This record gives sequence, structure tokens and C-alpha cells, in this order.
Amino acid sequence: MMDIKMTLNGKQIQAQIEPDMLLIDFVRLKGCYSVKRGCETANCGLCTVLMDGTPILSCSVLAARASGHVIDTLEGLQEEAEEFVGFIADQGAEQCGFCNPGFVMNTIALLRENPEPADDEIRDFLAGNLCRCSGYEGQLRGIRAYLDWKKGVQQDEPEF
Amino acid sequence: MLSFNQYVRAQSLEEAYALCQKKSNVVLGGMLWLKMQNGNKGTAIDLCDLGLDQIEETPEEYRIGAMVSLRTLETHAGLNELTRGAMAESVKHIVGVQFRNVATVGGSIYGRFGFSDVLTLFMALDAKVELYHAGVMSVKEFSDFPRKTRDILVRVIVPKTERKTVYLSMRNTSTDFPVLTCAISGQKDHYSCVIGARPMKAALYDDEEGILAAGITPESAAAFAGNVASRANFGSNLRGGADYRKKLCEVLVRRGLLALMGD
Amino acid sequence: MSRNFKSVGQPVRKKDAMQLLLGKPVYVDDMTPSDALVVKVLRSPHAHALVEDIKMDAALKVPGIEGIYTYKDVPQKRFTMAGQTYPEASPYDRLLLDQRVRFVGDAVAIVAGETEKAVDKALKLLKVTYQVLEPVLDFRTAKDNPILVHPEDNWRSLCPVGADNQRNLCASEVSGEGDVDAVFADCDEIVEHTYHVKACQQAMMETFRTYTEIDRYGRLHVISSTQIVFHCRRIIANALDIPKSMVRVEKPRIGGGFGAKQTVIAEVYPAFVTWKTKRPAKMIYTRYESQIAASPRHEMEVHVKLGASKEGKIRALDVYTLSNTGAFGEHGPTTVGLSGHKSIPLYTGGLEAHRFSYDVVYTNVQSAGAYRGYGATQGLFAVESAVNELADRLNMDPIALREKNIVREGMVMPAYYGEKANACALDRCIEKCRELFHWDEKFQVRDMGNGKVRAAGMALAMQGSSISGVDVGSATMKLGDEGFYILLIGAADMGTGCDTILAQMAAECMECSVDEIAVFGADTDVSPYDSGSYASSTTYLTGKAVESACEELKNNMCRIAAGMMDCDIDDVEFTGDGVRKLDGSGFVSRFDIATKSMMFNNVNVQTTATKSSPISPPPFMAGMVEIELDKETGKVDILDYVAVVDCGTPINPNLARIQAEGGLVQGIGMALYENVTYQPSGRIAENSFMQYKVPTRLDMGHLKVEFESSYEPTGPFGAKSIGEIVINTPAPALAHAIYKATGVWHRTLPITPEKILMGLADE
Repeated sequence: MMDIKMTLNGKQIQAQIEPDMLLIDFVRLKGCYSVKRGCETANCGLCTVLMDGTPILSCSVLAARASGHVIDTLEGLQEEAEEFVGFIADQGAEQCGFCNPGFVMNTIALLRENPEPADDEIRDFLAGNLCRCSGYEGQLRGIRAYLDWKKGVQQDEPEF
Repeated sequence: MLSFNQYVRAQSLEEAYALCQKKSNVVLGGMLWLKMQNGNKGTAIDLCDLGLDQIEETPEEYRIGAMVSLRTLETHAGLNELTRGAMAESVKHIVGVQFRNVATVGGSIYGRFGFSDVLTLFMALDAKVELYHAGVMSVKEFSDFPRKTRDILVRVIVPKTERKTVYLSMRNTSTDFPVLTCAISGQKDHYSCVIGARPMKAALYDDEEGILAAGITPESAAAFAGNVASRANFGSNLRGGADYRKKLCEVLVRRGLLALMGD
Repeated sequence: MSRNFKSVGQPVRKKDAMQLLLGKPVYVDDMTPSDALVVKVLRSPHAHALVEDIKMDAALKVPGIEGIYTYKDVPQKRFTMAGQTYPEASPYDRLLLDQRVRFVGDAVAIVAGETEKAVDKALKLLKVTYQVLEPVLDFRTAKDNPILVHPEDNWRSLCPVGADNQRNLCASEVSGEGDVDAVFADCDEIVEHTYHVKACQQAMMETFRTYTEIDRYGRLHVISSTQIVFHCRRIIANALDIPKSMVRVEKPRIGGGFGAKQTVIAEVYPAFVTWKTKRPAKMIYTRYESQIAASPRHEMEVHVKLGASKEGKIRALDVYTLSNTGAFGEHGPTTVGLSGHKSIPLYTGGLEAHRFSYDVVYTNVQSAGAYRGYGATQGLFAVESAVNELADRLNMDPIALREKNIVREGMVMPAYYGEKANACALDRCIEKCRELFHWDEKFQVRDMGNGKVRAAGMALAMQGSSISGVDVGSATMKLGDEGFYILLIGAADMGTGCDTILAQMAAECMECSVDEIAVFGADTDVSPYDSGSYASSTTYLTGKAVESACEELKNNMCRIAAGMMDCDIDDVEFTGDGVRKLDGSGFVSRFDIATKSMMFNNVNVQTTATKSSPISPPPFMAGMVEIELDKETGKVDILDYVAVVDCGTPINPNLARIQAEGGLVQGIGMALYENVTYQPSGRIAENSFMQYKVPTRLDMGHLKVEFESSYEPTGPFGAKSIGEIVINTPAPALAHAIYKATGVWHRTLPITPEKILMGLADE
């Protein structure tokens, strides 16, 4: 057993873990059930969390390596997610929902890095997020509708 | 899933090197490939405290720390300018952004994997690796370095020579392992061509016969492509047969050269 | 037909949308205790063997191991794992653990322990001695092969499907109408080929997983990611040989199914452990297990012989299907029927005769199961490819050829159980698709000058809506305090949104908003009986039950109201917000009716309706795809895919569109990327997402889906189904486009770049 500590969704936490525990299992143990496992080969993207703001695969990072870092899961980014996920819901594109948390986390990462991406840039950035239900097109429509709305809101905002 | 009994963040390269001499210990890169192995190990050695996640630029070279992620390589302005975008092209098809944020250049190169895109490109760029104990050697030499020799890969060094570079790969789906990789890099009409994922690891094919000595034309490009395809060895695996790879080789080399011709 | 619906036909958000998008813990592994016993299964490395001995001393000594069970510990009555109406057509050929193992990955022993590490360690320490037997790996050699997959005496087939375990036959039949051979003799053109579709995986994102515990009554309580709670109850009771009254099965949110979860996969193992130990248990399949020991599509070889006149009248179709059910017979006898019955009827317009015959064989590979399309997909790949080839031979536009021959509204379909096409907009689907796709320009093959060519292909599809004369759908409507409603269903929402769609129907009937209807499903103790979510039955059949339950509830609310207003029930009418007297002299609100129902009341405000249908009205679809094919590498890029669907009335256009788009991408996957190859040992190579390539968002081009509505008189609000048909057009449409680009007809899927470049049509 070994000691680790990290900031998880804004809270400093400490824990004792087995050295080979994966970050995904650690955060789920801490109640972050949004983080899902879909494969064993780092291919699906469902387990995406942010480490120091960077999207990573929590299935392939040791909890021990994450010690000393800032980890965000969807549980800690509810407000940021709420701003745009309604647009996905308005397409019906969430479907079974199992890929949603990883998709939402990676979309948040995309929009923080590139607030006005073109369709191809969205697809490229999200390429590592698999979805078997929706056919991907509805997810893109949703993001595009959000970006259009945001642009409209920004245009409507009074200038000072 | 790989399991192990102890996790150590090495505080010096010396410590990391000493620990990794034991066969039951393992050095962690991005851990992506390692995680899929089964078995029990003793100590997992993490290099994350050694400041190897930086790309250092000097007037002569880029010194890429072993813990630099593939995503960092992808978005690095300097490396992409030097390679005319080949750096990004070589990694952007690998699984996804999250994957590339975790995968390290050290892990990718040390593994000398057959499917490695980055090994292909770095070999064509005349890059060198710096091993803690064995010192600096070319990527090509390292690819033949005995696997059972246990050493720490500290950095990859890319010389800032004036060159034209192109990278191509053929994949069955957009983010799959490559069926074949091809990197061509040239200085003043001397071109090196590296073919990887044959499925064997990257191998270098120089223009020994001087087919391109007078410059790249559609004819010389086709001739050199045929020359490389006839010299290279190919094998069959789940992603393709040897005959298919041979045909692809000719196509990718020719297309690569034609792309360079335009520059 | 335009109808003024308020809730039906609206693009309403799914009821669980925000819970899912915000990552709430609503799946099996999120809302069941994490300290349940971990259950795993030791899997056979051999395709065919007898277990001679299992040494478990070392394994039992691992700290934290609760129990290790072998074939000696389980009941000896065979059953089927297939989720089907009883008596199941699938043979009773399973035991929980069998001494004979029949495919690489077959279960050999069950291990239960406190932690995953303990169980993994114990699994490694088990020493099994196998008597390795010769397997039957090639399904073309399985029928009457001296090596039998199921030689046992207690193998049973409950229904006359032509099964014979002594011949490795799981099912066999011949059917038809007219004299095909005579018509063929008189035809100008004959197209005859064999088409091969492999055992593709549904690859839903959430793998198979189940939690089990003993409840407060000592009964077995099962929480599982399943599409079939009621069948699951029966199957678990059979497997454990316990009374069905002792089992309760419910489902939370499910991370996808597509038919994979229409077979009991994981459930029986933790159920057995819990029943034995009386302790909670949980089993979560890995992706690896979900690729090698699950319930993929049936591998089929479909032999098509098509006869036509030189004017393009398709006069005869003869289809023979050889289907590979694998080591066990789940869904074997039933999927094969659709390969003919849901392809041939497309050409009712011209056909004078047809024949459809099949054999379903056992082999020593992974047992197949139910996957969207359920046999129609394989049949349509074959028939549509043959029809496209005919068009090419006759130098006819493939659309024009279709228009000469397709089924039209009002026709009786002899090849479709003699049913009449009451609602068929296939002709309008084709026309609209042609227009949206710009078919007339894109059908020409265009050389792009850089080694690439652009070409287009098309295909039609049909499916069914529920299993006629078999499926049962039910719904219960309850009026609650203050006048809100609860809708209880036994159908399983696996992400499709059926919870929402059925609520939309209920809201339409009750003249209220969708938000005033809460939905609950599915739980075998609580829900009214429903066969489950498969065969595209939920919208069509369960929807009809919702309508009926609502009608009865409205009637009962009127009775209560009439009592409150001291008048006759014929003097009042339901207005949604309450009940009013027809002469305008009185009104009671829904709130007040609900209140009255809870005090001195003899009128039932919980109404249940059950529906079956004697027919299965087909939805129809047209799909067109444009590709860019690199002639030097063989790579195919999909540029555009346009599909137009006739599902009767789309109850929720958003959800219908997403169903179609999702199905198209799965179809693209099986056509171009998803492969299944066996090593000589019978081991599957594509045992992970690293090797089994489902399409990413960079592999599918641009999709456009539209609808052409027909009106199905027997469906709720005119609706038919959409759930399965959507996967059926891509394989034949892509094979068509690839032919136009290369001159080679590929008849074995997937059509990989290597096969294209090397011209390997049948590998």
C-alpha cells in the first residue's frame, strides 16, 4: 500500500492505495461513477477525465502518477457541461448515454482549447470518443447548435 | 492488466537506471502498451519527476525529453516547421487526443514497435536517442540495439538541418494502427526513405543508386518507389498481407516524393 | 396524412437525457453495492474438449475466495439462453457449466471472491485437464459431419423447426410459392451468386453485467443490463432449477444492446453464486469476453438465384441460407427466416414465384445471437447485391429497375406470410432519396485525376414490426396524487428512448404534457408482461397497449367524475385537464378526480392493457451512398450517405433520425471495417477494440436522414417500427458503389482496402 493525494473535483483528498491501481478505479471508488470503462485497450475514450486541464484516458494512468495533480471528472464540471449538453439532448443524440461522460469531458477540453472550432476540427479532436448508438452526426449537430447559440448570445451582448 | 508491488518516482536518472537493471522491474512511459500486458512485476519506475517532459530548443537541435507526449509533438510549432507538418501527420491518426496526451515519445521509441509511426519519422530525420548508460546513438542504430539491454531512454534529439520531409501512412480505419508507414526526408537531393509497419519495424532505404540525384520528377519518383518496394521485406498480419504492403510501399513512396517535388 | 398531434410527432427530449449527459450513476455498476462478490468465469482454450479434471486446491487457498464451481455443481437440465417467447424455438442445449466445452471461450468454472485480484489469482491457479477433441470449425462442413457439437441425449428442441442434433442441425426448412424452376427456365437473365456475412459484434459501449442478491423475502433479485427482463427470469430459474416465483429481474439504464442483450449472457453466473452462497454477487464482462463469448450476428452464406426478363421484370427469386449458429442454438432457428422473408417480399411487384430454404448448423465457434436486423441484414446484402448486378447487366438505372418491381401499398406479399402492405411509402422513399442525394449526377463514375474515383450505390430494405402472432406488449397507466400519471412498461429502454416515445403516446391520449407522465420500466415484479425490446416491437406493439390502457383509464376517470357530479357517465367527457359535463353545467379537475380516487373509491385508476398483433407491418427504407475510392491503395472514403425511411408515423422525429444514423454507421462498420477471423485453434483474432474496428466519427462521412410517412392502420398513431431496418442498406449500397468504381463485385464482408486493391472478391 502507498499514500497518494490529489485535488479531485476541487477537493483535496488523500488515500491509501495499492501501487498498481488505475486512476479510473480510484475515482470511481471516490464516488465519481460518471467515469466509465468500455474496453481494455485504450481505444474507446469513455474513461476521459482531465488531469491539470488536459484530457487523458484514466484507464491508462496510474492513480499514483496522478498524485499531486488536479483531476476533474464530470461530477466536478456540472455547470460547464450544463451550458452545452442541452443542445445534445435537443438532438436526441445522447441515446444510451454510456459514452456521454467521456464525450462531454473531451468536448469541454476541446472548447477550452478552441472556442470556435470548425466541423472538421470537432471531429478530429473527438475522434478518440467512440459511440455505437448515435452515428455521431447528431452529436456534431448538437455542438454546432451550441456554438451558433453562443455566438448569437455574444453578438447580443451589449458593448461597453 | 499488468500488476506490480511497488511504485517509485525516481529522483535521478541514476536511481532509475539502477532500479531498471532488475528484470522484474519496469520503467513506465505512457503505460498504454504496458497496461495491456499480463503478469506481475516488482517495481514500477516512474520518470515523471525528472523534468523530461520538455522540448528544449538549441541553435542546432530540438532535444525532446522522453516523457514528452505525442500530443505535444503534434502541436509543437518548431518541430512542425522543421518537418513541414510531417511531425503532426505522423501522430495525428493515433487513436485520439486523450491517448496522445498519455503516450510518451520515450515509450513509443524504446518499444521499437513495428507499428510505430514516430520511429519511422525520427529515423528519416536522422534523429538520435540518448540512453543514460549507452550514450547517444542514431535512431537507426537504436532500432538494432539489443532489446535485452536495459537502459533508460532520456531524450530524442532532432537535428535542425535544412531538409524537406513528408510523412504518409495507410490505415484501414482513420485511427487504427498503420498498415504501412513511410517517411521521406531529403537534403539537397539526397533522400532517405523509411518504411515501417511492414509489419516489422521501420527500416531505412537510402538512394544508393542515385535515382533521385538529378532531382524528383514523376519518372524518378516512380523509379525510386519501385526500387524501395523491391528492396524492402514485408510480412503478413491481421491488417494486411505482404503482397498488399509491397504495392502500398510503391504508392506511398511515389506519392511522398511527388509531394516533396512540389515544395 | 397530416394529423394534428400535440405530443406524438414532436422532437421531445428523452426523459433521461440530462441524467445521462451529466454523468449520473444510473447504470448497473453505478447503483449496486461495490462490495458484492466478484464473479468471473474460467474459459476454455480449446474449441472442443471434455473436462476431465479440475484441480482447485491452490485456487481455493487464495485469501478472499468464496467458492469455485464446476460442471459437477450445477443442475443437469438443459435450457436455452435465448430471450424468446416460451416455448422457445431455440433448442434447450445449454447447461450452466458443461463437461463438454464447445468453443474457445466456453465457460469451464465459476470463481467467486471478495476482490478482483483474488479472483484473477485463483483463475490462474486452476489446473484443468482437458481431453481435447476435434472441432468442427467450418460451417460449410458442419451438416452431417461425424463430429457432433451436441451429441448429448438430453438435448431438446421444443418446437418443430427442423432441428436434429445428430446432424449438427439447429433448424431447417423449405418454403415458397409457384414453380421457381419453371420460371427460371423462361427467364432471359439469371443472376446467381453466394454472399457471405460474418459474425459481427453489436459492440455496445456497456458490456454485459449483472448484480444479484437475495431480497427481503429470500428471493433472488437480479439487476441486469438486459433487454428481456421476463425471459431472463425464466432462463435464470431454468438454469438454477428453482421456481420462477423465486426470481425477480429488473433493469436500470442500459448502455446499449442492439440485440446482444436479448440473450442471457452474464446473468446466470452471479445468480448461481448468490443462490448458493446467499451473498450479493456481481459480474462485469470485459470487452475481451464481449468479443469472444457473447452473442454476435449469425454468420450466413446466402445463395441467391434471380431470374428476370430482359425488360427488367424480376420474375423469380430462390434464396438458400446456410447459417452458422455456433456452439449453441440461441436465435438460430429464428434469425434465418428473416434472411428470406424480409428480403424477397421487396420485389412482390414482379415476382411470379419464389423459394426460400435454409439450414442452420452447429459449429465449435462462439454462439451467435440477436443483432439488429436479425437475419434480414444478411439476406438483404445478398438480394440487393443481386438486383444491383441485374441492373448493371441490363444496362438499366438501378432505380428504374426497382420501380418496375417493388412492393407497393395495397399489395399482398406471398413471401411475407401472405400479409398485405397496408402502409408502404417505399416508392416515395426512393424518389425522395434520389432527389436529396442527386443520384442522377452522382451515379456516373467520376475520375478525380489523382488516382481516386467517385461512385455511388444504392439499396432498399425492409424489416417487420414485432413478431406477428407471438410478441406481447403491455402497459399500465396509473393516476397519482394531484393528477399526474405513471406509465409502467415491461419493454426495456436500452438508450433508444422508448420510455419517452411511449410517454409521448400516453400524453397524446391523456391530453396532457409529456412531463406529466413518469415512466417506469422494467421489473418483472412490477411491470405488466412484455416480451421485451427486440424484433422492433416496442413502438408498434407496446405503443398499442399504451393507447388501450389510456382509453380504459380515461373511462374510469369519467366514471369517478360522474359520481362526483352526480350524473351519468354518458353525460360527461374527458378534456385532459379534467372531466366536464356535456351540458356545460359541471367540471371536475384531474387533481380532484385523483383526490377522490384515494377516498372511498371502488373505481380502478390503475389500468393495464395487453396487445399482440396477427401481422408485422414492415417499415421500408432506401439508402444511397457516394464514395471516393483510391485505386492505388484500395481505401474507401464515404462522402455522403442519404437514407429515407418509411416507419409509418415517426413518433419522435429526433429519436427516429438518430436511430437511423446510428444504424447506418453500424452498417458501414460491418460492410467495410468489422472483421471476424479465426485462428486454426478456433480462437478469434478480433478480441478487443484494438483489433475489432467499429467506425469512429472519421470513418462515416456525412449522413442525411429523412422520412416519408405512410399510415399503418394497426399501429399506434399510424406508426410502424424503425429500430432494426436502419442497419440494412449500407452493405449492399457500398458493395454496389465499390463495383461501379472497380468493376469487381465483392460478395464477402467486410470489403477491406486490401481486398479492393488485390481484387479479392470472395475472401
